[in-house]
Amino acid sequence: MMREVLYALAPGTLAMMWFFGWGILFNIVITISLAIAFEALMLKLRTRPIRPFLGDYSAVVTGWLLALTMPPFAPWWLLAIAVFFSIVIAKHLYGGLGYNPFNPAMIGYAVALISFPVDMVQWPAANLSSFSSIDFVSAFQHIMLGKPLANWDAVTMATSLDAIKTGLRMEQTVPVIEQGDMFGLFAGNGWEWVSLGYLLGGLWLLYRKIISWHIPVSLLGILALLSTVFWLIDNQQYASPLFHLLAGGAMLGAFFIATDPVSASTTPMGKILYAIGIGFLIYVIRVFGSGYPDGVAFAVIIMNMAVPIIDYYTRPRVFGANRSNE
Amino acid sequence: MMTEHKIWPIKGGVHPDFNKDCSTQTPITKATLPDTIVIPVAQHIGEIGHIIVDVGQTIHKGQPLTDLPEGLGVITHASTSGTIIAIEERDVPHSSGLQATCVVIDVDGKDDWGEFKRDPILDYDQTDTMHLCGRIRRSGLVGMGGAAFPFAAKLAATREGAVKTLIINGVECEPYISCDDMLMRTYADEIIQGIKILLYILKPEECLIGIEDNKPLAIEALQKAQQDLDVAVDIVSIPTIYPSGDEKQLIRILTGKKLKKTDLTFDHGILMHNVATVRSVFRAVIHGEPLISRIVTVTGRGISKPQNFEAPIGTPIEHLVKLAGGYTDQAERLLIGGPMMGFPVKSDALPIIKAMNCILVAPTQDLPYSMDMAMPCIRCGQCADACPVDLLPQQLYWHAKAREFDKTETYQLFDCIECGCCAYVCPSDIPLVAHYRFAKSEIRNERDKQKKIDLARERFDFHEFRKERDKRERDEKRAKHKAALQKKKASGSNDKQAAIKAAMERAKAKKTQQTNAPKNTDNLTPAQQKQIDEAEQRRQQKPRDTE
Repeated sequence: MMREVLYALAPGTLAMMWFFGWGILFNIVITISLAIAFEALMLKLRTRPIRPFLGDYSAVVTGWLLALTMPPFAPWWLLAIAVFFSIVIAKHLYGGLGYNPFNPAMIGYAVALISFPVDMVQWPAANLSSFSSIDFVSAFQHIMLGKPLANWDAVTMATSLDAIKTGLRMEQTVPVIEQGDMFGLFAGNGWEWVSLGYLLGGLWLLYRKIISWHIPVSLLGILALLSTVFWLIDNQQYASPLFHLLAGGAMLGAFFIATDPVSASTTPMGKILYAIGIGFLIYVIRVFGSGYPDGVAFAVIIMNMAVPIIDYYTRPRVFGANRSNE
Repeated sequence: MMTEHKIWPIKGGVHPDFNKDCSTQTPITKATLPDTIVIPVAQHIGEIGHIIVDVGQTIHKGQPLTDLPEGLGVITHASTSGTIIAIEERDVPHSSGLQATCVVIDVDGKDDWGEFKRDPILDYDQTDTMHLCGRIRRSGLVGMGGAAFPFAAKLAATREGAVKTLIINGVECEPYISCDDMLMRTYADEIIQGIKILLYILKPEECLIGIEDNKPLAIEALQKAQQDLDVAVDIVSIPTIYPSGDEKQLIRILTGKKLKKTDLTFDHGILMHNVATVRSVFRAVIHGEPLISRIVTVTGRGISKPQNFEAPIGTPIEHLVKLAGGYTDQAERLLIGGPMMGFPVKSDALPIIKAMNCILVAPTQDLPYSMDMAMPCIRCGQCADACPVDLLPQQLYWHAKAREFDKTETYQLFDCIECGCCAYVCPSDIPLVAHYRFAKSEIRNERDKQKKIDLARERFDFHEFRKERDKRERDEKRAKHKAALQKKKASGSNDKQAAIKAAMERAKAKKTQQTNAPKNTDNLTPAQQKQIDEAEQRRQQKPRDTE
């Protein structure tokens, strides 16, 4: 099951590599190997059998998701901190697989974001010649040894969500901001293709019945609805729904993060409410939040907290029972 | 009558490998008689009745072993002739693994009915329905689909005309089992005639037979019999999905009504019987035979020649296994029933009973729950999608495992029909139903305990109340008595004084009178007077102690 999730991540991952080069490859290698190492260590400390638990690929998925959300060329220790909090703190200290109330990858990401905000917003521009603009050797020296990249300032660029946030603060209008280099056809330049890659993988998961429609449809639906309403009210101040759907982590979140069954609501109705909450919070954090350009991680973590109560109040009616389940 | 009856879909369910073909390649084999037969006297839900035979007694085929003049229950009959060699506690095929009273018969091989085959009632449609019900009652009929509910009790609970829809269950959705399929193929006419008898007794508005569409030969046979005998019954082919043969699920499929697990079907005008039960009605009424044999599937990769047997009740499992060519080297596990709802047993010496439809001998890998280590639940919700009664198995499991049994009840644990769909689809191989059974038994134990505690408290409270009441009553009585006494004393003292006064007055008056000499002492002669004086003197000298 988790292996299918990995297959589904392939198109988005390939797009990420295409645009961000060696940075993403390093992320993947480092986060996944650390995730497996931490998982094995914790299983050993908790005297659990190691092989069957590693064989379920859940640690690999967590590491992989972190690789895609952490900025490329981030130093190895930052990745290590994120993985440590994901696997050790958020997962095993809560009882391991099946018992973690919070999405492990998002906890790791949020800890890194809050603790090292400067490092976490250093994104290179999505670049078609990504593998040559920063070559393997300098990438290795930068990530593993902390050697500064010669052309780092030249390749970094604010993300599209960031650009809108700071642009609006400088009293620019959205159409003006969207003239910037970081914008592509619909959303962030390059990012839009990454998002479409995730969408493709997500549809595969739906087709394979690994996930149900409830969470992605509700999450993207409410996000589209809210952004449409505000966009229609004032398109100078609010970005288009297409932008919101394809920018940042919305697609990855809708199909791969919010759908983590362990930390999501488990009833059909509950899944819808849970995802609506996440979509709503993503929009609120993006548009009305003061600091962070994107809000997928925080939205997911906040709604994780609401899951037990959502589950309790959305029990389905039992076969043959009346409304009050009698 | 093969009409396009409307079918309502069920929610959830699974499509396991049905593996029925392996046991339907040969006709039903009539099992030979074993050397000994072990008949549990309780093979059903309800009262048992008392045993009316003794050890050493020679008995005939069809002879009642128990008697139950009234009450909810059925009697049990000898399934062949022979001598009773023991009446004792023995292992019986029950999921509890407990022992129960059995009559053990040393089979004489004559299979002699003696005088215990009853007269056929061929003109049943001219016969009083009470008489027919009485015959059915004395024939020991129970539901043969698995529940073993006394048939006569089901009939008695339904007045004439109360049943609007009679449903005959030929679904047989559980994998591996093919006894009903083979029964329908082989004895379709007996089933249809059994239905005819039930139609006469119950007079329902409609009668439906539900059969899964993976049994085309059975459907064909029933259609032919139905046309030949011209009985108003609708043979409905339903989609093959487990667990469509569950009573409430089949009612949903055929009528659209959703009944809760605890609902009684006849409160909703519906009565359901298994095809094998209907055939036993036919045998009882038309042939005068009590329920003493049944068709049972012996199957699985652990059996050399899987097939169906018609075997006397009480035949040991091992006897049928031997007739089926014995075990193969893949015989790892022995189950009574199918792989989804059956239960494992340790011994093949257990007897065939009325409600036993299948003996499954299979390697572990063929069974839906692997014996591998269960992984943690990741709340993927596949179980909830598969659950035909809309429960949340993942939440039930979570709370059952944490022993939060009150929460399991909030999540409607007792609506679980234990069909096993959740465990079948679980990607973590969690034996979910085992957890639910455990939770149910814990809750029941707790309730029993609570009941006992309540009873004890009630008793104690009553005891205290009685003590209090007795004391109060005693006090009241005493107070009343005292009051009465005082009143008496108060009024009594007046009386006394008056009496004393009166007495004193009387005495006074007497005294005044006595100052005069007694009348009879008047006019005495001096001699007489002297005599009196002497007597008086003697009297005074007489010692007082003689008084």
